[in-house]
Amino acid sequence: MSTSFTLSCPLPVTRHKTIVLGHGSGGRLTAQLVRELFLPAFDNPALRKLDDQAVLNVAPGRIALTTDSYVVTPLFFPGGDIGRLAVNGTVNDLAMSGARPLYLTAAFIIEEGLTLEDLQRVTQSMSLSAAEAGVTIVTGDTKVVSRGCADKLFITTAGVGLVPDGISISASNGRAGDVVIVSGPVGDHGITIWSTREGIDFAGGLKSDTAPLHALMEAMIGAGDVHVLRDPTRGGLGTSLCEIAASSSVGIELDANAVPVREEVKAACEILGMDPLYVANEGRLVAMVAESSAERVLRAMRRVPQGRDACRIGRVVAEHAGMVLVKTEVGGSRILDVPFAEQLPRIC
Amino acid sequence: MKYVDEYRDRKMANKVAAEIHRAVTRPWAIMEVCGGQTHSIVKYGIDYLLPKEVELVHGPGCPVCVTPLEMIDRAHAIARQPDVIFCSFGDMLRVPGSHGDLFQVKAAGADVRIVYTPLDCLRIAAANTSKKVVFFAIGFETTAPANAMAVWQARAQRIRNFSVLVSQVLVPPAIAGILEAPENRVQAFLGPGHVCAVMGYREYEPIAPRYRTPIVITGFEPIDLLEGTLMAVRQLEQGRTEVENQYGRAVTPDGNVDAQRMIRRVFEVCDRAWRGIGVIPKSGYRLNDEFRDFDAERMFELGSIHAPEPAICISGQVLRGLKKPHDCPAFGRECTPQNPLGATMVSAEGACAAYYNYGRHLVKVPSAAGIS
Repeated sequence: MSTSFTLSCPLPVTRHKTIVLGHGSGGRLTAQLVRELFLPAFDNPALRKLDDQAVLNVAPGRIALTTDSYVVTPLFFPGGDIGRLAVNGTVNDLAMSGARPLYLTAAFIIEEGLTLEDLQRVTQSMSLSAAEAGVTIVTGDTKVVSRGCADKLFITTAGVGLVPDGISISASNGRAGDVVIVSGPVGDHGITIWSTREGIDFAGGLKSDTAPLHALMEAMIGAGDVHVLRDPTRGGLGTSLCEIAASSSVGIELDANAVPVREEVKAACEILGMDPLYVANEGRLVAMVAESSAERVLRAMRRVPQGRDACRIGRVVAEHAGMVLVKTEVGGSRILDVPFAEQLPRIC
Repeated sequence: MKYVDEYRDRKMANKVAAEIHRAVTRPWAIMEVCGGQTHSIVKYGIDYLLPKEVELVHGPGCPVCVTPLEMIDRAHAIARQPDVIFCSFGDMLRVPGSHGDLFQVKAAGADVRIVYTPLDCLRIAAANTSKKVVFFAIGFETTAPANAMAVWQARAQRIRNFSVLVSQVLVPPAIAGILEAPENRVQAFLGPGHVCAVMGYREYEPIAPRYRTPIVITGFEPIDLLEGTLMAVRQLEQGRTEVENQYGRAVTPDGNVDAQRMIRRVFEVCDRAWRGIGVIPKSGYRLNDEFRDFDAERMFELGSIHAPEPAICISGQVLRGLKKPHDCPAFGRECTPQNPLGATMVSAEGACAAYYNYGRHLVKVPSAAGIS
């Protein structure tokens, strides 16, 4: 045959308003989606090559590596969206080791029928969040599944960060005498999602706390002796504290009156019979810091926007290793335990 | 937060606790009736503030706990049927029947939904006319008015694809049952504040003198519970047997008359089985004849369902105040919130679950499972 022959339609690829299965076919529609939507949003030299992998120069030393999948209904909520969560969540998982986050990957599982406008909003939000966190999205993947096989959009991000020499931060590093610090009020994200989903408004301004925590982390390790950092996401502050007590084989004494909780979050939890200590956060951290530098660390935290409301909430003790005890609001004592599963609204 | 913070104030709590210490001269066993009260007592560590003479024993007032196993199996059997949307309050979803819980039924393909009020079910029914929407109507007098209202509204709106699986129970017959048992050791009650917000407390006025047992209608916040305990201790020490109302900000002698009227229109009193206790005469509600068409047990042919309880479980004795959770050999071992063997471990409000979750450090528990 003398002239090249192709089976594909010679007409230009039509502009779609929604994602169709063909966008995940690996064919021209996929290429168009990558070229017109993902590349402009995440543009950088490594991604622009459109290879199946990103090849990166990394300084010698230790790297931190993490991955997380993001599923949330609704995709957009006060204070953020699934894209912002997908960047900040992975950035924060890196930062909680003391690592400076560098690169992310992003994989999208899209349900057919998602509007391109929504997908674009999400990628733009990821782009802004990545810029805010100082990370680059260097490689990615897109799959499209039939309607009903996913809930609009699932995103998986992985991240790489560089851990500076001399830094050793881990959930197993808590020591008796440490001060327990939380970076701000707890429960904002979980209650925002819940009230948006259920259409119940608990008073105006509540929004998700989703935020990158790398700058806060850097301020903290620059100011003092930080042993443990955790971002209490799913399971909330309570679950994180239980995990730290177990990993470090120490006891933790938590003062219930010292834990900051916004009025709206308190009210929602009262109505639903939930405990704010177990409600999710996406832009908070809990830290165990040597008593000798606790005040310096707190002052440094309060100078960073994400740490403005940082405060002491308890201390690490040698007794009752593995167990978190709460001094209750009225001065009683109780165990704080890892809940069996997610909290359920109580009957009465 | 108003109506909350002032009832959780540490100084005030210490002041009332000190008054209880001054008032008490000998040992007393006081039962808090409601699961919500038990939950608060253990969550806030209130028993930690009380003198050793005052023993709080935990009553049968957890609606999730006392719903019979057979009834839960019935709910699961209905939920499993095709074309059913089964609606429930959240905490019923994790209560195990003989074969798993509603989460497992849902995972196997059933349409199970959490609702915040039974009236949500009417909206669901109107939007899904080809489905049968069933609401699991459990609870004490507190939930009865809204459950009755849902049925009432369904009839008024001619919603035919809605029914309720009723397992409503009543507090006064249970209190009388506890006091009539020969082995009873309860000397005073902290009465059910929210039940009385609906029903008032007239029904309790004959019970207190008849059984020579003080009843203090009590709220759910820490200061409420401490004040209720103080009032009960003072009655016991002074030899009085009256109904007193600590929860005046919510409870009046006659209660919510409109709510009671709605209950009477839709329900009638019947004998009910209580999980862990057995059948108590005239201790529950069922739909009356006029509303029988909304009865899920009539709408679905379920046959006979029999579900024996594990022999080792002592929840019946715990619910009547005869034993404490840690008196049970299975507590914290075979029986945990992850794997509850009986009534009082299944809900967060159950005495065993509350002890397990919040109070293990104060009692000797055989295993440390679940701490790590």
